[in-house]
Amino acid sequence: MSKKPVVAIAMSGGVDSSVAAALLVEQGYTVMGMMLNLWNEQDSERANRCCTPDSMALARRVASILSIPFYVLDARQIFFDTVVRSFIDGYTHNRTPNPCITCNRIVRWDFLLNHALAAGADFLATGHYARITQNPDQNFHLSRGVDPSKDQSYVLHVLTQQQLKHALFPLGAYTKQEVRQMAHKYNLPVAERPDSQDLCFVGSDGDYRQFLTRHAPYTQNPGLILDQQGIVLGHHLGLAFFTIGQRKGLHLTSPVPLYVLAKDSHQNALIVGTREQLGSNQLVAEGVNWIEGHPPDSPLDAMVKVRYRAYDVPGLVNILDEDTIRIEFVNMLRDITPGQAAVLYNGDICLGGGIISNTNKLS
Amino acid sequence: MHGRKFRKFPVIISAMIHKKQIYFDYAATTPVDPRVMQVMLPYYSQAFGNPSSYHKLGQDADAALENAREMIARYMHCQPSEVIFTSCGTESDNLALRGSAFLARKERGANHILISPVEHHAISRTAQQLANVFGFELEYLPVDRFGKVRIEDVAARIRPDTAIVSVIYANNEIGTVNPMSGIGELCQSKGVIFHTDAVQAAGYLPLDVSSLHTDLISIGAHKFYGPKGIGALYIRQGLSVLPAQTGGGQEFGFRAGTQNVPYIVGMAEALHLAQSEKEDRIQSIKPLRDHLIGTILEEIPDVQLTGHPEERLPNHASFVFHGVDGNALLMMLDVEGFACSSGSACRTGNPEPSEVLTSLDLNRDWALGSLRVTLGIMSTSSEIEEFLTVLPKVISKLRKLR
Repeated sequence: MSKKPVVAIAMSGGVDSSVAAALLVEQGYTVMGMMLNLWNEQDSERANRCCTPDSMALARRVASILSIPFYVLDARQIFFDTVVRSFIDGYTHNRTPNPCITCNRIVRWDFLLNHALAAGADFLATGHYARITQNPDQNFHLSRGVDPSKDQSYVLHVLTQQQLKHALFPLGAYTKQEVRQMAHKYNLPVAERPDSQDLCFVGSDGDYRQFLTRHAPYTQNPGLILDQQGIVLGHHLGLAFFTIGQRKGLHLTSPVPLYVLAKDSHQNALIVGTREQLGSNQLVAEGVNWIEGHPPDSPLDAMVKVRYRAYDVPGLVNILDEDTIRIEFVNMLRDITPGQAAVLYNGDICLGGGIISNTNKLS
Repeated sequence: MHGRKFRKFPVIISAMIHKKQIYFDYAATTPVDPRVMQVMLPYYSQAFGNPSSYHKLGQDADAALENAREMIARYMHCQPSEVIFTSCGTESDNLALRGSAFLARKERGANHILISPVEHHAISRTAQQLANVFGFELEYLPVDRFGKVRIEDVAARIRPDTAIVSVIYANNEIGTVNPMSGIGELCQSKGVIFHTDAVQAAGYLPLDVSSLHTDLISIGAHKFYGPKGIGALYIRQGLSVLPAQTGGGQEFGFRAGTQNVPYIVGMAEALHLAQSEKEDRIQSIKPLRDHLIGTILEEIPDVQLTGHPEERLPNHASFVFHGVDGNALLMMLDVEGFACSSGSACRTGNPEPSEVLTSLDLNRDWALGSLRVTLGIMSTSSEIEEFLTVLPKVISKLRKLR
């Protein structure tokens, strides 16, 4: 009898990773739980050397119910140096970064995966809603999770063939509702826990603007709010506190709702306009990862997601170089935001994606 | 017996990834010796009386209690009335330090507390509370690079207003044994109360209070194959210690509360076995430990032994590995089937080096990679050999990860 594959499951104490762990145990894998101790604001203020946050206690409890070993790894330094730093840098450079993508690329699928493999695991599993298939061409394909409202392939578009070879996503075939039902079935004490928030490292206020004020005080840099003609409409407290398409918090009196159209870093000005003026019909994305391992030979038509919560829209993807693409859209897209990822799909298959750098309209 | 049904408490033996677990964490706790368990059993449901009761059942429990006290006194070379039962080593430490400090201040205005930087948290946190909340002046002794306290450093710091000196007998993290008799004699000559935490030492070192010259000694049973949840404190006759727990006047008024008779009986038996089999145990364990240390220092690059090379607990080996994450090391060893411990890693994945490691002047790149391997009466040479084949591989894997 051949040895059962060993799977390390990244546990967070949430319902998804807990059910994923239970499914792996049920499927007969040899399973070990791993949890990353990540940097967060409160942690740095805590004097106690051995703090035990709720989520860690819950993950430990789930592991003991499943009778699997559970290990916590310290990833605070690498998390701060990469995820938190690039989050702050992104806002400093007037982008709206997605820290989950950085975290998946560097912390989960590099740091944690390497530790799991070194510890003898054959696979690293997470509670993401996505699927992996291997096609006759031997390449691994990343597909959307079956629950359209939970699909997380967007944040996983950074994965390479080498990483996918060692990745398992046990929840990809289930809906969130089914996962909650399974949590009850397995008697896991996490069944009713709310979904986790994206900015896990931001303090209890959960407000990224406050976070920036605390950790990058120079982002408080007041300037003018202008319309596209350069007419002064008001003042802002810092470009970093606004994102493209934002309407609330501008404190402008205008007969029509005004939206953030752009951030002009040269003038430190926030450019606003009407809903009709918002948007672009093209974008440039950099640092592109092609899940297949290389870009296609010719331009391709793909479905494009420009934010985690955005709908797919059709676009023509032009290959500028090895890791840069320009996407042209038929219609204007309102929520293209530098710093977010543009992720490409062919049907359910995620082809890859990159970070949006330029959103100038094509004339 | 009861109408209501209780859910059975499940004994969960987690499946290990590859094989059976080899236990190398005897400094954390030890399994209860079956001989100890045997002598405890009658005191649960047969001779279950309250030792303070008037009747025969109570008298039987009291006899067992006092017999246990005598057994322990015999190994400490003290009067039975000088042995106080507590719930654990930590409680003994707390009672000794806080109880002495409060009364030393009340009786003679003493306000100065002197401890080593290599104390267990049961002492250091208690001393810090006495300083921060109750206004005592807390001073730390220096230690040498092995974490050892020098007698002359104690002599230089004792003051007329010193309330208590507390120095750990043998340190839990680095195994270094301190010069107890010397420090004890010094304190005695200066008329200062001297306490030692002998929780790690009790299984392997002499507890003779007359040669150690200590006024207070803390021990805990689960470090020498007795049950968890029971400890003792030696209090020299006539010493003033303010009780932390008041009530029915048990334990000569030092620690009120109905005594845990089965555990006390178990602790006495465990101490008896540990002290009477001490030489045999050391003879079987120490060569294994020496072989372990020698091989690791020889075969693994960038490793240092922490603690004293000779004056250390005979079952204790501790190291730091340069450029290794202590948490990841413990994880990898556990997956490979070895239960070890570390001076810096804690189960929540916070690797900050402990105060003990910090006091050794270790560079952070070293201190983060600590490993403690502690052997016990069940350790075998084949276990050591298995460990010695795995550890170098694990260390080199971890270094490649960085």
